Amino acid sequence: MAFELPPLPYAYDALDPYMSAQTLQFHHDKHHQAYVTALNNLIKDTPLADKPLEEIVKASYGDPSKQAIFNNAGQHWNHTLFWQMMKKGGGGSIPGELETKINEDLGGVDKFKEAFTQAGLTQFGSGWAWLVVDGGKLKVTKTPNGENPLVHGQTVLLGCDVWEHSYYLDYQNRRADYLKAYLDNMVNWEFVAELMHKG
Amino acid sequence: MLMMGRRGFLAAAGAVSVVTMMDRGIGRAWAQATGPFKLDPLGYATSALEPHIDAKTMEIHHDKHHATYVTNLNAAVKDHSQVASMPLQDILAKLGEMPDAVRTTIRNSGGGHANHTMFWQIMGPGGGAPTGDLKAAIDRDLGGVDAMKETFNGAGARVFGSGWVFVTVDKQGKLALESKPNQDTPLMEGKRVLMGNDVWEHAYYLTYQNRRPDYLKAWWNTVDWSKVGERYAAAKAGTLTI
Repeated sequence: MAFELPPLPYAYDALDPYMSAQTLQFHHDKHHQAYVTALNNLIKDTPLADKPLEEIVKASYGDPSKQAIFNNAGQHWNHTLFWQMMKKGGGGSIPGELETKINEDLGGVDKFKEAFTQAGLTQFGSGWAWLVVDGGKLKVTKTPNGENPLVHGQTVLLGCDVWEHSYYLDYQNRRADYLKAYLDNMVNWEFVAELMHKG
Repeated sequence: MLMMGRRGFLAAAGAVSVVTMMDRGIGRAWAQATGPFKLDPLGYATSALEPHIDAKTMEIHHDKHHATYVTNLNAAVKDHSQVASMPLQDILAKLGEMPDAVRTTIRNSGGGHANHTMFWQIMGPGGGAPTGDLKAAIDRDLGGVDAMKETFNGAGARVFGSGWVFVTVDKQGKLALESKPNQDTPLMEGKRVLMGNDVWEHAYYLTYQNRRPDYLKAWWNTVDWSKVGERYAAAKAGTLTI
């Protein structure tokens, strides 16, 4: 069964002015769609064709002969979560339990934001910044290109796309401003808390 | 905001000659850290490559992205005087010998500085076509100009994430195609770069968005072949650096 592009869970202009409708149109309709299309073409008539996405991501990771499959499967997985991690009027207060965990493991919300921003800024080239659960503890990480915490045995709570296509129309070279807007004005913390409860 | 800044500067300066300076990129301000590495002004107006590459892209790419690589490279070598005194091509060829604490910065920012310096140099309004020795080498090693462009564009489209496509040249004048991720460069293997195209999204996103193949195709219209010819002659003479 071929993979399908999930619809955006909100209107294209829902995140404006922090992420423009134009950016979301290209990012969702073109970039994400291209990953889905490429993935479907690559796994067609192969043993991976009927496997769940997570299994394809894990099975293709680190295998040079499956690099293209990994790139596109990883990005399909990453983007599917990414859309849900944002919402209109996002970035407000963090649900209590999650905030307590951030305070315990990461030294407070400000320290978490600082670490997450640094991860995004220092991911050279294209990639992602993440908040994950690793061995029961929260951790901030980063990955290049389509790689994600799934292949490192970590549970994703939050991820920010720092490929330039995610912010170039709105912020150009100012990746730091984009990361700040993401954390302060876009993150859907209720969804993040839900991911934590699911473990 | 950049445009407003430029207008403001113009109004304040109020001199006709400033327009000429601005066109040549002299009036635009970019971060210029102190240190051994300098960001040279563009050799042509930011609008010179339109419609293939828009002026705003050129301005941000040169004044912000490239400037940041230069600033970070200078900061990385600040406390390493021996490295600071080396030519960039030697630093990159000896990346493995660089101090651990600054090796990654040198790789990213030093590579970025070398790649972009070459990039600005081989583009321009001059256009033209490969001639003489260079044309013969393209025919011999890359199957002719059309085949070279097709293979080059294919390699550019296949770079996943950020990176570059290069044509390398050895001292005998032999050409080869190579793509690299991020700001890596064949200079890191002691090779010489004849020409290359930047496929980081920042190089084309304002005009082409997700359509990288369209950018790759249009980019050939910005190549100044007389500059590429000069680099080819320098490579054979052993004087080509970055």
